[in-house]
Amino acid sequence: MTILQEPQVATGSVLHEQKAPGGFYKWITSVDHKVIGKNYMYTALAFMFIAGAMALLIRTQLFNPNGHVVSLQTYNELFTIHGSMMLYLFAGPFAFGGFANFIVPLQIGAPDMAFPRLNNLSYWLFLLGGVTMLFGFFTASGAAAFGWVAYAPLSTAPYSPGPGPDLWIVSIAMVGFSGIFTAVNLVTTIFYLRAPGMTMFRMPLFSWSMLVTGVLILIAFPVLTAALVLLYADRHFGAHFFSVAGGGVPVMWQNLFWFFGHPEVYILALPFFGIVSELIPVFSKKPIFGYKGMVFATLAIAGLSTGVWAHHMFTTGTVLLPFFSAMSLLIAVPTGIKVFTWIATMWGGQIKFNTSMLFAVGFIFAFVMGGITGVMLASPPIDFYTHDTYFVVAHFHQVLIATTVFAGFAGIYYWYPKLTGRFMHEGLGKWNFWVTFIGFWFTFMPQYLLGLRGMPRRIAIYSPTDGFTFLNRMSTVGAYMMGIGMFLFLLNFIVSWRRPRPAGDNPWDGFTLEWATSSPPPAHNFHSLPPIRSARPTWDMNHPEHADAVPVVTGGDESAE
Amino acid sequence: MRNESRIYLGIGSFFVVVLIIYFLWSHESTGSVLLLASAGLGLMPGLYLGWWSRRMQPRLEDTEVEPKDITGVIGQFPENTIFPFTLGVGVWLVGLAFVFGLWFAIIGMGFVFGAAIGATQESKRASYSEEENVPRH
Repeated sequence: MTILQEPQVATGSVLHEQKAPGGFYKWITSVDHKVIGKNYMYTALAFMFIAGAMALLIRTQLFNPNGHVVSLQTYNELFTIHGSMMLYLFAGPFAFGGFANFIVPLQIGAPDMAFPRLNNLSYWLFLLGGVTMLFGFFTASGAAAFGWVAYAPLSTAPYSPGPGPDLWIVSIAMVGFSGIFTAVNLVTTIFYLRAPGMTMFRMPLFSWSMLVTGVLILIAFPVLTAALVLLYADRHFGAHFFSVAGGGVPVMWQNLFWFFGHPEVYILALPFFGIVSELIPVFSKKPIFGYKGMVFATLAIAGLSTGVWAHHMFTTGTVLLPFFSAMSLLIAVPTGIKVFTWIATMWGGQIKFNTSMLFAVGFIFAFVMGGITGVMLASPPIDFYTHDTYFVVAHFHQVLIATTVFAGFAGIYYWYPKLTGRFMHEGLGKWNFWVTFIGFWFTFMPQYLLGLRGMPRRIAIYSPTDGFTFLNRMSTVGAYMMGIGMFLFLLNFIVSWRRPRPAGDNPWDGFTLEWATSSPPPAHNFHSLPPIRSARPTWDMNHPEHADAVPVVTGGDESAE
Repeated sequence: MRNESRIYLGIGSFFVVVLIIYFLWSHESTGSVLLLASAGLGLMPGLYLGWWSRRMQPRLEDTEVEPKDITGVIGQFPENTIFPFTLGVGVWLVGLAFVFGLWFAIIGMGFVFGAAIGATQESKRASYSEEENVPRH
């Protein structure tokens, strides 16, 4: 073990000793990546619960044909803000703001993020921007009601007047800047603050995922911000970027939006792939199968994801079908490598099926289902038939819930001891998993069938003679089951808070550096760091007797890799 | 540093290939411009990092050394500061001005300038924590 010393700060008459703030002031002013990471997680989860409640309202409206739970206008606002909150305010910030902020510096042996104050600013832009989106509900004309994709010309002033859409634009722009700042911070931290010996190819796969996610954010988010500026100019300054009447091109919005929107799907997914790649080896008691293969698969997914944007636009008739179809099908290859790697890692391992591992395995099932229907949709003949139907709704909900909820919760149960020094309740956790998992299939499998039978998405009412009633009711029952699952998660959270069970520093016999420090970690993370001779430095240190352990030899052994 | 450079160069080169195929095949302008920008975004930092990596010694984090080699001052990290929050509120108010009227921006800019001045003054004070910057009386 090597002792790291804290920087020696000059004291005495020149510098006044400062008392560390506490409570609310600490929450506002702390630039510690761990505090900011937790803030991101709690805020993103709060947004998820609000957006989840909206989803339940939507499903309640669709329980009966000709439902009267909400008005048509309110329904449009609900699905718009539900989608926007889940994608912009929960899934992304939960991963690259929450998990990445907390875990990445610990995994690479850094004392903090590279730009701590920028990190704090990112959080405030995210929180204030997120709340701004909800303000729309309190305006006379209501919140934005054009879907989370804000297609022009529907999102332009003649069709979506009032402050609600403008609040949506401001909100997304602020959250976008927050994301860009976080990405700059992440990439810089990973490039410049790794501990000595932590070469790029010894970095944990979660940190690799976050690096690639950071680069993807830098490619995608500025395009969205630019598109939002153009949209605002169309709405208020008389510009005609997206209106045919003024010589504009409405489909250009779709090109710009999806150039952001499809990488965004992988910005949401890659961090969760990273989480699963961390915990499956730990709970299988085996190193990951094919570390470098996973790294290159992550890079390949990122690259390909920016070349497939127009597969969302097949039916516009303005896109090059063979190119985008082929590129979309190609993505299945690196994604398949990942799935096979997770399975191969479990194969022959001593698998421990605790809550975290259950969520990870559940993720694989759910993600494969959502992924395969994605491959189907990459084929234009199928896409023409199912475009804008519930088939697409089921597909992307399965992919996104698999990643952000199943893999995300796997990550929470896995790292909760590190975050708080406590365990979450295992029994409640397993109930949490099974209720959510069963509800998930009940919710979305009927939606595939609804889509194939022709039920369009974004409709508030359907006729009793359409033949959609039974499947919609099944889907609604499933959605409420998922709601109960989420409530169990909340309950587990409260139980672990009120009746703490100490977890110790390394309860899972973890591999990576975050398990080499105390739980929760001290200010600036480490009092000491183990030597880093492989991608599993903590495991090497704790198991010197094991044949797989990379020997820790003081004085430097070049053959040790 | 060489691996970091290769990541960016790999991304940039990939976009160059995709751009060429896409443009020659589709002649579509929006996507081609976006791909061109992405290629630039990959190649620019990639070439810069690559250029530097040839002129510098390998860093500790790129070599087979032990963490003990950085014993001592690791870096300088602030503990608490109010100014990111102030700046965030300022930016938020300026954002709201685009919806509710310019008067929001006037208040917002006050916060932004306050934060800018406060943060720079704070950095000046913080630099005293490095021994060589401490004024001798």
